[in-house]
Amino acid sequence: MQLSLNAPLPRPTAGPLHRLANLLYRKPNLYLAMLLLPPLLWFGAIYFGSLLTLLWQGLYTFDDFSMTVTPELTLANLKALFQPANYDIILRTLCMAVAVSLASAMLAFPIAYYMARFTTGKTKAFFYIAVMMPMWASYIVKAYAWTLLLAKGGVAQWFVDQMGLAPVLQFILGIPGVGGSTLSTSHLGRFLVFVYIWLPFMILPIQAALERLPPSLLQASADLGAKPWQTFVQVILPLSIPGIAAGSIFTFSLTLGDFIVPQLVGPPGFFIGSMVYVQQGAIGNMPMAAAFTLVPIVLIAIYLAIVKRLGAFDAL
Amino acid sequence: MTLAVQFTDVSRVFGDVKAVDRVSIDIQDGEFFSMLGPSGSGKTTCLRLIAGFEQPSAGSIRIHGAEAVGLAPYQRDVNTVFQDYALFPHMNVRDNVAYGLKVKGVAKSERLTRAEEALGMVALGGYGERKPAQLSGGQRQRVALARALVNRPRVLLLDEPLGALDLKLREQMQGELKKLQRQLGITFIFVTHDQTEALSMSDRVAVFNKGRIEQVDSPRNLYMKPATPFVAEFVGTSNVLRGELAQQLSGSAQPFSIRPEHIRLQDGLSQAAASGEVEISGLLHDIQYQGASTRYEIRLENGQNLSVSQANNQWQDSTLAHQPGQRVTARWAREAMIVLRDNAPREGL
Repeated sequence: MQLSLNAPLPRPTAGPLHRLANLLYRKPNLYLAMLLLPPLLWFGAIYFGSLLTLLWQGLYTFDDFSMTVTPELTLANLKALFQPANYDIILRTLCMAVAVSLASAMLAFPIAYYMARFTTGKTKAFFYIAVMMPMWASYIVKAYAWTLLLAKGGVAQWFVDQMGLAPVLQFILGIPGVGGSTLSTSHLGRFLVFVYIWLPFMILPIQAALERLPPSLLQASADLGAKPWQTFVQVILPLSIPGIAAGSIFTFSLTLGDFIVPQLVGPPGFFIGSMVYVQQGAIGNMPMAAAFTLVPIVLIAIYLAIVKRLGAFDAL
Repeated sequence: MTLAVQFTDVSRVFGDVKAVDRVSIDIQDGEFFSMLGPSGSGKTTCLRLIAGFEQPSAGSIRIHGAEAVGLAPYQRDVNTVFQDYALFPHMNVRDNVAYGLKVKGVAKSERLTRAEEALGMVALGGYGERKPAQLSGGQRQRVALARALVNRPRVLLLDEPLGALDLKLREQMQGELKKLQRQLGITFIFVTHDQTEALSMSDRVAVFNKGRIEQVDSPRNLYMKPATPFVAEFVGTSNVLRGELAQQLSGSAQPFSIRPEHIRLQDGLSQAAASGEVEISGLLHDIQYQGASTRYEIRLENGQNLSVSQANNQWQDSTLAHQPGQRVTARWAREAMIVLRDNAPREGL
């Protein structure tokens, strides 16, 4: 029996759709360009363009007397950021953002570690849902709920009383910069709410980083004589730093821009976010609001530079 | 001679799978010992039991005389070269190699000297500053080797370390590993599924199948005197003949093995066999030219296949002598038949 390999191939049909398909196959760059054009337009024009317009408005002049904005360029708004009142706002927000990021990382790490290394299948799904579920509820409702939890006579107060720790709480609330008259009007209360709200954003990136860690690395470390704590310090922690950095970028920037929690929980005093809100909403000083918007952008750029310096992205 | 590693009736059960099933082995101090078997045969689990990554479900494991069951990996005087090398990606090559010394608290100057020494031993001097990601597969493999050897373990475990390398590099590394083992005089326990690798490097080889050991022997004995049909077919190629055919050819119902290269081929039907020889005829249905030898596939009357290999050691091309579709006679010396232990039904199972 003679087998022939010269059987005629089916002729490609010459319809316009086929010709387009062939063209796209031959020119993969054209294909890529068509695919990327819509999102790039969106990202470039709407997202990036509006941000630049906003920042540009930070250079406009606001007339205090007539309350009007004129497109005369000035650096007065940027200079105003360094006035003591505004500088205080920036410092207060920055300290909170750093504290929230540190606390979130410390709370998130054990949870993420457990999720990545000790759960499989259903347990893992349960943890994912447990971590994400708070994000499904409205953020404002959660913040309000916390005002009740932390209020005088609220659950938190009751719990502390039951534990017999009321004097300790009183002492903590008496520390300047941390305390306040009650938990719900203290810096501590605001800090607790921030940590609660942003915690999932820290858990998930750390969990992802730990999940990528090959088990053989941990075995190799033990094999070479490292005790479990040495393996943790020398191998697990350094390799999870990209995850911690990613998570802290979320917690840090979200705290810097938030304007609802500072209004609902904690002592009076503006945060960057609430200041932007008041400047453009109540006062109508768009240029000053725009100048304030620049602050988190600059702070996060500095933060990223520091994180990069520390080598957080080396293991990526 | 002392024993480096001794397994006594060791089992490891995962759920209802017996990964290792009542295995007993004695590994001599200073020998190059290979564990050979197909994937899932339990050889890697045995290695992990020695390293301490797994604990046995039953039995005793002694390392240099001391009971190791219950000891964590960091409490054992053995080191492992991993299949995926498991180099720490955030450390450079020198820190990787010095890691074992660092966690044991060796002073910095000493550990750097020793790391550099170990890197020199695997011909990677001057690569200390590089990150593992900047190295080729073969270089990473050497770093993994240096990282294990720098701790001066008494037993080195190698988990298919050459599997990811290409053929030329693999052959080169085989030679170097063997040389290194002789120089250092420490016990190497080498896990592989590649029988050529196991035969060419080892002093002794254990052949694993389904969680049990089929045979432990020198490479030569493993090839020349396989004990079971599995060993005969897994180590090199073999024709295993059973039942009536075995009865007819060898005079015993026990299965026997005959190597393809121990068979000679003749055209036509069988003539009177010379004394001390056995012969059988069949239909030649396939010829594969393999360079140094030619492989002939013969279908016997009962439908079984017989492989015959003829060396092409004449300058003439012997392939031309036979044609597919021909009737041929295969003959071999009686002594070439190796009677096998038919261990299919096992006691106690």
